[in-house]
Amino acid sequence: MEYFLQLFFGGLSRGSVYALIALGYTMVYGIIELINFAHGEIYMIGAFMGLIVAGLLTALGWPALSILAIALVISVLYSAAYGYTVEKIAYKPLRNAPRLAPLISAIGMSILLQNYIMLAQTPDFLPFPRLIPELSFMDRFSNYLGTSDMFIIATSLVVMVALTLFIKFTRMGKAMRATAQNRKMAMLVGVNVDQVISATFVIGSSLAAVGGVLIGAHVGQINFAIGFLAGIKAFTAAVLGGIGSIPGAMLGGLVLGWAESFATGYISSDYEDVFAFLLLVVILIFRPAGLLGKQRAQKV
Amino acid sequence: MAQEMTGQNAGDAARPVLSVRNVGMNFGGLRALSEVNLDVLPGEVVALIGPNGAGKTTFFNCITGIYTPSEGEVTAYPKTGKPKRINGMRTNLVCELGMARTFQNIRLFPSMTALENVMIGRHCRTKTGILGAVLRGPSTRREEQEVVDKSYELLSKVGLEKLANEYSRNLPYGAQRRLEIARALATEPFLLLLDEPAAGMNPQETEELKQMVIRIREEFKVSVLLIEHDMKMVMSLSDRIYVMEYGRIISTGTPKEVSEDPQVIRAYLGEDSDA
Amino acid sequence: MSLANILRHLKQALVASVWLSFLTLPIMVIRVDTVEQTVTWRWMHLAYMAGGSFVLALIWYIMMERRDQSQAKKDLETVERDSALARFLSDPRLARPLMAFGFLVAVAFPWFFSLYQTNILISALIYVVLGLGLNITVGLAGLLDLGYVAFYAVGAYTYALLNHHFHLGFWAVLPLGAVMGAFFGILLGFPVLRLRGDYLAIVTLGFGQIVRLVLENWGSFSYGPSGISNIDRPGLFGIAYSVEQATTYMYYIMLGLVLLTIFVTARLKDSRIGRAWLALREDEIACQAMGIDNTRAKLMAFSLGATLAALMGVVFAAKTTFINPASFTFMESAMILAIVVLGGMGSVLGVILGAFLLMLLPEYLRAFSEYRMLIFGATMVLVMVFRPEGLVRAKRKVYKINVETAG
Repeated sequence: MEYFLQLFFGGLSRGSVYALIALGYTMVYGIIELINFAHGEIYMIGAFMGLIVAGLLTALGWPALSILAIALVISVLYSAAYGYTVEKIAYKPLRNAPRLAPLISAIGMSILLQNYIMLAQTPDFLPFPRLIPELSFMDRFSNYLGTSDMFIIATSLVVMVALTLFIKFTRMGKAMRATAQNRKMAMLVGVNVDQVISATFVIGSSLAAVGGVLIGAHVGQINFAIGFLAGIKAFTAAVLGGIGSIPGAMLGGLVLGWAESFATGYISSDYEDVFAFLLLVVILIFRPAGLLGKQRAQKV
Repeated sequence: MAQEMTGQNAGDAARPVLSVRNVGMNFGGLRALSEVNLDVLPGEVVALIGPNGAGKTTFFNCITGIYTPSEGEVTAYPKTGKPKRINGMRTNLVCELGMARTFQNIRLFPSMTALENVMIGRHCRTKTGILGAVLRGPSTRREEQEVVDKSYELLSKVGLEKLANEYSRNLPYGAQRRLEIARALATEPFLLLLDEPAAGMNPQETEELKQMVIRIREEFKVSVLLIEHDMKMVMSLSDRIYVMEYGRIISTGTPKEVSEDPQVIRAYLGEDSDA
Repeated sequence: MSLANILRHLKQALVASVWLSFLTLPIMVIRVDTVEQTVTWRWMHLAYMAGGSFVLALIWYIMMERRDQSQAKKDLETVERDSALARFLSDPRLARPLMAFGFLVAVAFPWFFSLYQTNILISALIYVVLGLGLNITVGLAGLLDLGYVAFYAVGAYTYALLNHHFHLGFWAVLPLGAVMGAFFGILLGFPVLRLRGDYLAIVTLGFGQIVRLVLENWGSFSYGPSGISNIDRPGLFGIAYSVEQATTYMYYIMLGLVLLTIFVTARLKDSRIGRAWLALREDEIACQAMGIDNTRAKLMAFSLGATLAALMGVVFAAKTTFINPASFTFMESAMILAIVVLGGMGSVLGVILGAFLLMLLPEYLRAFSEYRMLIFGATMVLVMVFRPEGLVRAKRKVYKINVETAG
């Protein structure tokens, strides 16, 4: 039973991070029908920014919890800026191009960002300080739910609730929903579509950055290549839940996290990554609309 | 008139080339087509008209296999062979059977020349595969030459022979519409389905198009089913008309009959209008 | 370009430079070591970044303006010009002697250059064929296969395993590799080909990863991460060659395969099936409506590309005599895609140029070798934004009409 709970909470924790990253994919796809290949790299950059801040502040002797808070804030700001810039350089000029073009551009951007980090920092694994403090009231759960897992789950939950409220109640949120449904019409009623698209990238990147910092603090090390795998898995989660659907991305992330956790726990841990890819392939072949997605008919 | 056109004897004249019985189409909760009955007789030009959103293009999609009708029967009567139920038949097989179409928003192949667009139409009437293409033996070369010749011939029939090696994306609008028709003709259809062929054309171009359709019907012995909004063209070109509104056929008959039908007048001009 | 415009671009570039310097400051300038609790500051990098980004941004804004202008012009006129390079190379007075000269150089190459150089050229030629293979799938038929490397792996492992277990030689396995490639092409293609463009890309990416992961983990079958070594080089009727002879032999084999592939691709491009592929790429619905069986056409393109990749896999295994799953990552697929994209999707000459540029330049510009992948990525973005048709625009055949026989 304890083992089951361990896997359950482990899955919930990793699923939350998948959800955070998946939201970025799903929002961008919902609005411009582009698979933002470079999104995984934004997550990775968020982790690196968190590391740099953490490194600076620990050298100055600041307490862990405030370092974590500041790292999150700075990382979010920077990742948002990266996301914004990537969109302006690699996607905006291709808004009217055939669909393959922005996808190829995205792949190029992903490769560029990965190598940029690798060259500017290091190809090696970098240790990430354990910023998530141990909380004594968590001790009795420590057999199956660690503090950092709980922290990740809690933080992700807060962020996702904030996002849902934002989308539902703010003006920008409504503009985003409108643009996702019908871009031309949104333009005609006065929505500044460029701004909306930029906002989408900014928000998605911010979420990914939170995930990056949390994972860095949790796992204890990061490296320039973590974005690729996390990105693919998060994209799988987004598709699983229904690409374009925000609740879908959250659900998909959790389902994937649990699936991976239980599969590696009960079946085999060697083929951990294969599960995600197999799941991706199977969903796309048999139910591309995902769990919560709508089947979109094409107008002839 | 149909008999004179196609030279068939009286016994065949009643046999349609396309017969649609009671076709309905649902998209989730939306009922796009209901109880649609339609026939096209050999050599006829039949028009399908109606307000925008009436379901005309949906109807085309239902009979060409892009959608599968939710109810009803669609039966095609190819020139040779038995009548065939074509509900939900794959679109390329429908074309192979002999029903070719053009599209409301022109769907040409932009990176190919005008000639090559028409040559695509010959694909289902030829058979060279990968091996043949690589080896280019005598039969392949002969087939290629035939395809080129026939396609060029069709281009001349629609007046585009001078633009044969132009990329289709560079052609003027009217030429693109005619090219689409030539491409459809290349598939040797017994029924040509034209979706708003005169859209965006000025009166002179429309008149030329009308003459072209009449020539095509005679020369290629093909029946035509067309969706169109240009009433002048429809009235002067069609043998019979079907009027569709909200997915239903509300009237059918000769142009004269239909233009006097109060239902039709109401549908186009609304209630409380003077005839 | 007017003075006012240049000033505007200078201002834009300045803003961009400041923004980018700020954006990259932490990553470029700061290096932390959380174990030693040290922080290294590399302010020189900031200077490079500021200067470099200003220059690059200026070029970017100027090129963007020209791009927007030429796009506006394209809507009015119909003039389309190839890049100067492509026009230069296709000039008929130049093309024949150039090709002849090129052929002579190619044939004589191993006798005038070192073994090392020949090896590099063999690698480049392998990528030419890989590029041409992917060109059929992506460039002609429009199927973005991001898992192309899986077929490369299939060929390589087919040879390695058959050679290891049954001592089958290169020539025996070459046709087998092709068959395996075609088989896997159909196997992997069949379930996914009805998917739309970007979904297809991701699924094929997934397949590629699965193949690699299986090869890595199924040790009893594929010997896992340590791979298979001591693979035989190609021989001739049982004669085994020395390393030098084998390399030269391999070079001529590759040259032959390259010529064969070029021949096959050129024939297919302007054939019935080639036109069907292009129609498929441009408009699937119209293509199907004109009587073409989309699924069959896609499968043919997909498995033909797979066959070529598998063939190259066999060659690769024979050339390096050692293979392991690490050679078959997504990056490989991305590189081959970059070759096709840069060269010009659908254009044979373009893909050849692209392969040579992307494979040989890094070898000869050793100073920049670290930045190779970075430049790859940037190239893909830049080509898509400024010249999506690539170096050489794929052109359609101009048909001569036999006026007497035609209508």
